[in-house]
This record gives sequence, C-alpha cells and structure tokens, in this order.
Amino acid sequence: MSVAETSPVGSRVNAGAPLLEVEDLVVTYPVRRTLVAAARHVPRTSVHAVDGVSFSVKTGEMVALVGESGCGKTTTAQAVLRLVTAQSGAIRFQGQDISAMSSTDLRPLRRRMQMIYQDPYESLDPRFRVRQAVEEPLLIHDIGGSKEERHQRVMDAMRRAELNPPELFADRYPHELSGGQRQRVAIAASLVLEPNLLVADEPVSMLDVSVRAGVLTLLDGLRSRGDMGILMITHDLSTAAHFADRIIVMYLGRIVEEGPAREVVRNPQHPYTRALLSVVPRRDPREQVTPQILVGETPNPVNIPSGCRFHPRCPAAEDRCKTIDPALVDAGPDHHAACVLVGEGAAR
Amino acid sequence: MTEALLDVRDLHVWFDLPHGAELHAVQGVSFSLEPGDRLGLVGESGCGKTTTILAVMGLLPPSASVAGQVILNGQDIMLGAEQTVRPHRWKDIAMVFQGAMNALNPVKTVGSQIVEPMVLHEVAEGAAAKTRAGELLELVGIPAASAARFPHEFSGGMRQRAAIAMALACEPKLLLADEPTTALDVMVQAQILDLLIRLTDDLGLTMLLVTHDLPVVAQVCERAAVMYAGRIAETGPMDTLFHDPRHPYTRLLFAATPDLYGEGDVVSIPGSPPRLDHRIEGCAFRDRCDKAFERCVAETPALLEVAGGHRAACHLNDLNGEGAA
Repeated sequence: MSVAETSPVGSRVNAGAPLLEVEDLVVTYPVRRTLVAAARHVPRTSVHAVDGVSFSVKTGEMVALVGESGCGKTTTAQAVLRLVTAQSGAIRFQGQDISAMSSTDLRPLRRRMQMIYQDPYESLDPRFRVRQAVEEPLLIHDIGGSKEERHQRVMDAMRRAELNPPELFADRYPHELSGGQRQRVAIAASLVLEPNLLVADEPVSMLDVSVRAGVLTLLDGLRSRGDMGILMITHDLSTAAHFADRIIVMYLGRIVEEGPAREVVRNPQHPYTRALLSVVPRRDPREQVTPQILVGETPNPVNIPSGCRFHPRCPAAEDRCKTIDPALVDAGPDHHAACVLVGEGAAR
Repeated sequence: MTEALLDVRDLHVWFDLPHGAELHAVQGVSFSLEPGDRLGLVGESGCGKTTTILAVMGLLPPSASVAGQVILNGQDIMLGAEQTVRPHRWKDIAMVFQGAMNALNPVKTVGSQIVEPMVLHEVAEGAAAKTRAGELLELVGIPAASAARFPHEFSGGMRQRAAIAMALACEPKLLLADEPTTALDVMVQAQILDLLIRLTDDLGLTMLLVTHDLPVVAQVCERAAVMYAGRIAETGPMDTLFHDPRHPYTRLLFAATPDLYGEGDVVSIPGSPPRLDHRIEGCAFRDRCDKAFERCVAETPALLEVAGGHRAACHLNDLNGEGAA
C-alpha cells in the first residue's frame, strides 16, 4: 500500500465534517488496593480520570485542551490515540468509531493520527541522524515505496517542518540541534506519514521563549494549509488564546467551558475559567489584574466532590451547587459552560 | 541614596571544559539591590542567569572560576571564596530552587529540615527551633502540624512553600529565587508568587527572581535585568523595558511572548544564542538582531545609561537616542 493510494481522500470528501468526534468519553484507572484490603475482598475502586467528555476537531482547526495537572487533558488525548483504553464513549475518527476497534483494524488509521510530545530531547533517538529519525515511521508502517521515494518523502516532510534546506539537517544528530530544531524534527517525523490529525502535548513548553512562537506558527500553518486538524494540550492559556481556534477548559475530568478561543478568553462564563484567566501573568506590567487566587489545589479524582465538582473552590458557589452537577449549556454562539449560574446573569 | 544590600560588580564566571577549553558563562555582570527591592533576572537557557546567582551564593562547582565582587552590606563575600561566603549562606542570603523536590531531603521530615539551618547557624535550637519551624510553615500557608510530615506527602505547591519556609529559617535579608514556579500549575504559581510578594512587602525581604518568564517578572518585580549570552543586555524599571525597550533583544523577547489578550502576531527570534566557549567579537546578539549594522560586528556595546535607572548595551542608542530598539 503506498501513501498515494491512502492519502487523505476521506477528509476532502467530508470537508467541514468533524475529523475527530469524541462523545461521552470515560477513562478510568484502577486504584491499587492494599494487600489487606484485597484479602478482605474490599471491592476495587477506580479513578475517573476523564468523566464524560465530548468535543470535536474539524479539519483545518486547532483546538486547545487546557487545564491544570490532573484535569484529564493528557488522558483525553491518549484515549483519542488509543494509547489508553476508554471505559466507555465513542471516538470517531473520519466517521469511524475507533474506540473498540481491534489493533489490526486500527493500524492503518494510526499513521493518520500522530502525536507530538513535550520533550524533543527525549522523543528523538540520540543515535539516529535526522533523516533516519524522519524515515523511521515510514519503515515501521511499511509505506513510502522505494528508497528514493522514501528519501523524497523525508525531504518533503523536513521542508514542511521548516528545516530548510533539508540537506543541511539530514545528516546531523539530535545533539547538534537546538531545542526548536529538534521539535521540528519530531514534527517532520509525524508529517512524513501525512497525518490528518496531530495531537500535540505541550509542544513548546520545554523550548526557549524566543523559539516557541516559531514552532507554534509552524503548527498554525500546517493546519490552515493542509488536510489537518490539531488537538493541542497545553497549560498555557496565553498560547491557547493566540493560536487555537477553540479552547476547551477541563477541571477534574470534565469540560467546564468550551467555545471560540476569543470568546472563552474575553467573555469567560465559568467561574473556574475566570479564575484561571485572572492568574495568567501579563506581559505589560501596567495590565496586571488582581489575581483571583483559588485556595488549595485540584482535588484528588479519587474523592470527587458532590454536585458541581468545582464548588468547594468556587468563589461564586451557592447551596444548590453542592447537589446539582451542572451540564454544559449554551453560553453564547458556539460557546458552552457547565455552571448553574450561566444564563442567570449572576455568573459574574 | 540608600545603601545597597547586594552589589554585584563585574562578575565573571568561567567553566573548565575538557581539552583545556573554557566556557565564559558570565561576562562582566553588575547589578545592585537595595533593601526591599524585587529585581528580576530574565533570560533564556544558557544566558548565565542561574550561574550568576550560584556565584552570589558561592555554590558553583569546582570546575568554575570566578572574578569580580559580590558585596553584601559593604563587604566583599567572594574575596575569600568559601571562607567568606559560608557565614552568610542561608543566614543572610537564602535560595529557593526550581525543583522543590530536589531541595528537600526525602527521608527527613519537613520540620527537621527547617530546624537544621537554624541549629547550624546558631539562630535557635531545641524546642525554640521547633516552634519557629511551625511558625515559618504557618507563614507560608502550611499548617504547623505538617512539620512532622515527609516531602512526598506534600503536593508540588506545598513542597515549594516548604522550601521557602526553609530558606526563611535564619531570617535572611536576601532571597534568591531560581525559577520558583516553573514546574507548577498556573493557579499554584499564582499562590506562590502572591506569597513571595507578601513576604517581601511584609518582612522587608529583598528578592532576586531568576526566570525565563517575562510575564512573571512583569507581575512581581519593579525592576529587571535582561541577560543574553552572559551579559546584561538591558536593565531598568519593568514598565520601561516593556514600553520603551532600548535593546532589540528585549523588544523581540516581548514580541515572542504570547499575551492573553494580545492582538499582534507572536514572532520568534531567528537563530540561536552564540556559544560561549569562543571569544565573541562585537555584539553577541548581532546575528539575530533585526537592526544590526557595521559597528555591531567590530565593537562590543557597553551597558550605558539611556535614562535614569535605565541602561542598555546597544550601539543604536548612540545613533539616535530616541526609541532606538
């Protein structure tokens, strides 16, 4: 099977239709029982790392999944790529539900969904030259044709990752590259498979500030030019605000707010989103706002609070929040938030 | 003018490399802190910011050699190397590190680790030291009873608080904070920054905050020094650095930093910093600079005053003065 035969015809046919659709995704992890508990047949418990999450990514779109550690954003991304198994829910990639697909059936789809990791210092094999690192995925998936054809694909992928001219970088080793260049090599190694979906997990957090923008602009260009959608996991709201089309804010395994990036940042509806935005340090010393600092840290998902899971830390919590577990409701055009106060005009 | 608490003058640090080579990590850095100041030392990895504060603390590895002066309260504490620094380390100058887990001993209770420097510097001992450890924990927002717990029982934010309590054990005058919030979530970062601001405001503590994160400095510090390739490129009030930068690196670094409500493009700086194991002729930033000219190749710009308390190391300031960067 050559790449040409399987190139992303599907996404062109489904133009506008979601590339990725996640519906009511639940991912649980078992909690280890102590030996004594096991001997006493204490029932096994599990942690709901992701607890009923639905969203979609369209071709040409960059969606940012934001939240603090433990909110379930990385687990969500891993479940999308079937790196962890979902307890329930549907994951439709180009219309096909992959959540229960066998690994044999999944294999041809894998190359269309690629992951970019946080640390380009660890994701590249130090013994591989750049061209070998970029070629490796072709060999693993047994595609790319003859040696010459593969070489051509490798050079093309490097060009698309803006490692220009590719000849200059092809024979280098990772240690001869800067952090930004390494991340571009990792991106080239994904692009060589001509994926339709890129999942980027904190793609620039290990890089120096001066080169971050370059890598993000590269991703931005890839999705707007090619047949590609990007799901970016980040803790950095400023980055999400700048580069993403949509922002999904997660808290304790749930989506608390989602909508167009501009709307979520400028007109946040959920008290958690508002608090989170208020503590993001601003570049301009004159524009610092009084941070709305929440006490404590994200609770352990083993003990999820009753009602709204944010209520113990919520500055706007009312009595009813202890019992009502709010669903996502309309909070504006294409904008949703999960708070009982949304729409009551009292959320502010 | 108030007497400077810390005055670093023409600090140089070299690291020995294999095969007789040398890395000139810090190339003549000078800055001073008055009591109660919060100064940010900003720059990217390898710019020499951490090396600078390790030199102030006298914590550089044996492969490093230093030159210059580190004057604390009028006394050069670098003069006699370890002998002259040791009495001040943790007592007058304390440090908070980036990875709080690495700063804490995993097999000792948090309380005993706070007591340790007090005993060492004969600040307090026995029951008095224990009581004080509890008070310090309360001060940083941890219940005093947690003194009996071990670091692994703490969350990341709690550990960083404990590390701050430990640094405050001997009532230092100067706190050096090296990327104190880098590994933390944004809400926990806000809590720690708020704590650091409170400590400096309430206790009159002086702080040198080392970070790569310009917005964090913008929020916490009145003044900053931007470092590049072992030198200070520009220093002045944070507000001036943002609104009237006089070094292209400062301007470009701000332009590369995304802002929550920013409208303009975020643009990266092409290229990468020069290697510091070779002598750099001319301006170290010229290859990445969008305003470089002939003089930048030949002559290393000195850090010169462009306005009161605002200094920049850029030849453009000689050309036209106004808005050079």
